[in-house]
Amino acid sequence: MEVIAKRPQSLTAVPFTYCPGCMHGVAHRLIAEAIDEQGLINKMTGVAPVGCAVFAYKFFNFDMAQAAHGRAPAVATGMKRARPDMHVFTYQGDGDLAAIGTAEIVHAANRGEHISVFFVNNAIYGMTGGQMAPTTLPDMKTTTSPYGRKVDDIGYPIRICELLDTLVAPYYIERVSLLSPADIVKAKRAVQKAIQYNKEERGFTFVEFVSTCPTNWGLDPAKAQVWAKENMLPFFKPGLFRDKGAEVKS
Amino acid sequence: MSKILMKGNEAVAKAAINAGCRLYFAYPITPQSELIEYMAKMMPTVNGVFLQAESEVSAINMVYGAAGCGKRVMTSSSSPGVSLKMEGISYLAGAQLPCVIINVQRGGPGLGDIQPAQGDYFQATKGGGHGDYRLIVLAPASVQEFADMASDAFDLADKYRNPVMILADGMLGQMMEPVEFKTPKTDEEIEELGRQHEDWCICPNQDGDLKHHHEINSLEIDPLVLEQHVIKLYKKYDQIEANEIRYETHNINDDNEIVVASFGTASRVVRSAVDELNAEGHSIGMVRPITVWPFPYEEIAKSIGPKVKKVYVFELNTGQMLEDVKLAVSGKVPVEFWGKVGGIVFTPAEIKEKLQACF
Ligand SMILES: Cc1ncc(C[n+]2csc(CCOP(=O)(O)OP(=O)(O)O)c2C)c(N)n1
Ligand code: SF4
Ligand SMILES: [Mg+2]
Repeated sequence: MEVIAKRPQSLTAVPFTYCPGCMHGVAHRLIAEAIDEQGLINKMTGVAPVGCAVFAYKFFNFDMAQAAHGRAPAVATGMKRARPDMHVFTYQGDGDLAAIGTAEIVHAANRGEHISVFFVNNAIYGMTGGQMAPTTLPDMKTTTSPYGRKVDDIGYPIRICELLDTLVAPYYIERVSLLSPADIVKAKRAVQKAIQYNKEERGFTFVEFVSTCPTNWGLDPAKAQVWAKENMLPFFKPGLFRDKGAEVKS
Repeated sequence: MSKILMKGNEAVAKAAINAGCRLYFAYPITPQSELIEYMAKMMPTVNGVFLQAESEVSAINMVYGAAGCGKRVMTSSSSPGVSLKMEGISYLAGAQLPCVIINVQRGGPGLGDIQPAQGDYFQATKGGGHGDYRLIVLAPASVQEFADMASDAFDLADKYRNPVMILADGMLGQMMEPVEFKTPKTDEEIEELGRQHEDWCICPNQDGDLKHHHEINSLEIDPLVLEQHVIKLYKKYDQIEANEIRYETHNINDDNEIVVASFGTASRVVRSAVDELNAEGHSIGMVRPITVWPFPYEEIAKSIGPKVKKVYVFELNTGQMLEDVKLAVSGKVPVEFWGKVGGIVFTPAEIKEKLQACF
């Protein structure tokens, strides 16, 4: 029998702990496939966040670290500096990266650390049960914004790609969506590029995935995708912000 | 090797490099800035990594990453910065990562001042970060000892896979004394030190076949598994208590009327007062804990001779090691305390006066 689809070598057999319809698993798979394609499995290592992806250290099939909430870019910095012969990525949610870990991500990007950061933006704190995130949309209801996010009180959602794009050092910054099969194919290309640049030691690479949290949004997975397309994509517009590799070629 | 006149901050940095430390992450703060500056200057000359982090929080997490890769790594700071490192220290202890943290203590609480103090004793020895863990804590009393502790600290960290803190203070950091340094480790020796951790640390697979999946982690979501993990840590801490207690006694004998206890910089001042009084015909013994965790409880208890009327504790705080000394003495004789705070170091004359009042 011909095998046409199988688990990437870069994922272990440990079953994902994600809710049905959650996109974390898709993001994991894209990253694992790209690592397989680049033949990096023996030199790859990553950092799991605090958030629903906290168990990512069990899911990726190579050495992994688990970091304190928001600190993954600092941990990855220590790893890359200690083992320059290895390739390092972090995997982080919006609470982890854009709230408690804002300093760590900005400064790792600003130093141009040779790491890849995969950022899953689901506009909410998934793991802790649906509290407001720095990326929660205006007027969006969460358990800690029960009357909707009031922008006069708590500010607007933070657009991280745009923020990092103000820095000189980052090599590659792209925002993609996981909200349709076609978008996932595009997202795959962004992940491939980040991992390829990582392998080539080009510098800091960053991919944001606009994602969903059906469970805490109180929507079924299909409706969550529709809601995200209608509400998240206008605010978090997918696009390529920075590709120094392409600039060099042209 | 001949002696070199050096500040404590620089001496410990040099000694750490000699001991094979090739990664250092820190954030500037007085009174430890000579340490970070020395590392900035010298790490590139040994192909080491110096990185000024954006905060102490980041610095300790960089340490976590590098320690997770099995390499000798260090950070340093002073009191307010060490508070910020406490989250990371708890994670390092939980994940059993070897590393060295230096605290050149200053006056507190809060921003306090930048003068020498010993107010972080509780933080260093009784937790500081969250959860059930222990830090090995070494308290130097001279620049030479400060420097020697760098290699001791790395050896202990590697031996027990545990973070080790050197609890110094602004006086030791700033003071210049002649220091003799150990022979620097060669690149081959440093490589070898790293290889001892390759059964658990983050490292590449040597050939094409995928062989290992090492996890640097402090999370155990299943309470029964976490219970086993914490019990394992506690067995390790028992071993450390059994094997690694270090202390110094001075003039302890059966004629002692008083025994004094003091650590770090404070103990030097106390010792001169004790020597003067003994020269005048008194009999005062002295105990100086060198490891403040594990603490020399039994050793202090044994130092109390038949004629001892009182144990006197002197610290540059409001009485922190005092609590451990009381546990050690366990009601046998009265324990008295006197200390100075605010970053002010007591003088031998002041200590003498306090002790004379006991006779
Ligand atoms: C220091 C600290 N503060 C708070 C928490 C609790 N906490 C766990 S996960 C989380 C939010 C995670 O949200 P996000 O990063 O968006 O990830 P998601 O679960 O949505 O993927 C919080 C606040 C923690 N573990 N540590
Ligand atoms: S809570 Fe949300 S983000 Fe977390 S696994 Fe479930 S759907 Fe995914
Ligand atoms: Mg989230």
